[in-house]
Amino acid sequence: MKLSLVYLAKPVLHGYFRSSCSWRVRIAFALKGIDYDLVPVNLIKDGGHQKSQQFKTLNPMQQVPAVEIDGMVLSQSLAVIQYIDETRPGHPLLPADPKKRAQVRMISDLIASGIQPLQNLYVIQKIGAEKVQWSQHFINRGFQALEPILKETAGKYCVGDEISMADICLVPQVYNAERFKVDLDQYPTIKRLNQALLDIEAFKVSHPSCQPDTPVDLD
Amino acid sequence: MASQTKPVLHGYFRSSCSWRVRIAFALKGIDYDLVPVNLIKDGGHQKSQQFKTLNPMQQVPAVEIDGMVLSQSLAVIQYIDETRPGHPLLPADPKKRAQVRMISDLIASGIQPLQNLYVIQKIGAEKVQWSQHFINRGFQALEPILKETAGKYCVGDEISMADICLVPQVYNAERFKVDLDQYPTIKRLNQALLDIEAFKVSHPSCQPDTPVDLD
Repeated sequence: MKLSLVYLAKPVLHGYFRSSCSWRVRIAFALKGIDYDLVPVNLIKDGGHQKSQQFKTLNPMQQVPAVEIDGMVLSQSLAVIQYIDETRPGHPLLPADPKKRAQVRMISDLIASGIQPLQNLYVIQKIGAEKVQWSQHFINRGFQALEPILKETAGKYCVGDEISMADICLVPQVYNAERFKVDLDQYPTIKRLNQALLDIEAFKVSHPSCQPDTPVDLD
Repeated sequence: MASQTKPVLHGYFRSSCSWRVRIAFALKGIDYDLVPVNLIKDGGHQKSQQFKTLNPMQQVPAVEIDGMVLSQSLAVIQYIDETRPGHPLLPADPKKRAQVRMISDLIASGIQPLQNLYVIQKIGAEKVQWSQHFINRGFQALEPILKETAGKYCVGDEISMADICLVPQVYNAERFKVDLDQYPTIKRLNQALLDIEAFKVSHPSCQPDTPVDLD
């Protein structure tokens, strides 16, 4: 029997403290009790470390997160999250029921395809002067859709009463919304869920305010 | 006991996300009803109050299936994969599944949303350069990834959700006059996939709502 030593190695997360997609992966690691090493990628300094040749070989999309795990390099946070869910024991990150799984993926993708890519650093740098209105527009558009969906699906958490990948996507997106001064009072279900989730240890330890690469003078 | 119903697809012939779902239905041999949603006419049917109750994001596709309304094409695709027999749309091996999802998400989060109708309407006059930029950026990343993962298809030798995402995105690239010769692996895979029945019957050129005078 061949013992694969790569499975004993800790995952390595290449991420940025304030990247919402990196935060999703940090939450998932915390929920699963997975220890990992962090290689900070500063998206701002020196024109952005994600643009280096070195990082480009890791992730040719030049985005965080990128995760070295089990002999692979994986990008795309939801691919990483579902991979660790399928290979590690502990709290399942998707429900067992296929309909609930579909709802979790629908909510996750609404955020991960429908909101975040329209307001990430690369895009807002391209938009330029109008970046705040642009970002607010796309976050509001997405939250206006998410609010009625969550009213249907949510119990204690986004889908029923178990924490899932949907919750993992929601909290970092709300953090982004707050950074862009989106008024969350318009979205009572989103607000309630976010508040409940922020009380959970995995969401606290992974929070952007307390990462190894969080600047000391962060406002 | 949850019953399985004949799905109803609310889609648009030229929506790449709708095409993904059509491919998946065809691969699985699933019969479905189509309710066309014209994204252009009358300001766009997706903006009607009626459609908004179906999908508050006001986007296609939206799929009525098994008593639910599902939006987000990859959520739909994985749902039918998990509940219907036939050709599996994701591999059994977790590492290959991760690669399929990574490629699918690179397209579905990293490229398509930056060049969909809503966004390019907002961008206005510079929409072609904007779209070309984001498609090229994505394809420049996808090409080396696929060089690693691809066999006959995107990941190894079995058709998967990654292939389902690739072909409609290449179609969009061609509409925006992106030069595909820069991406030989993408080009090769696209050509191989377009020969497959499920990709042909679902093609935008031959849907019930395809205009007769489509150029």
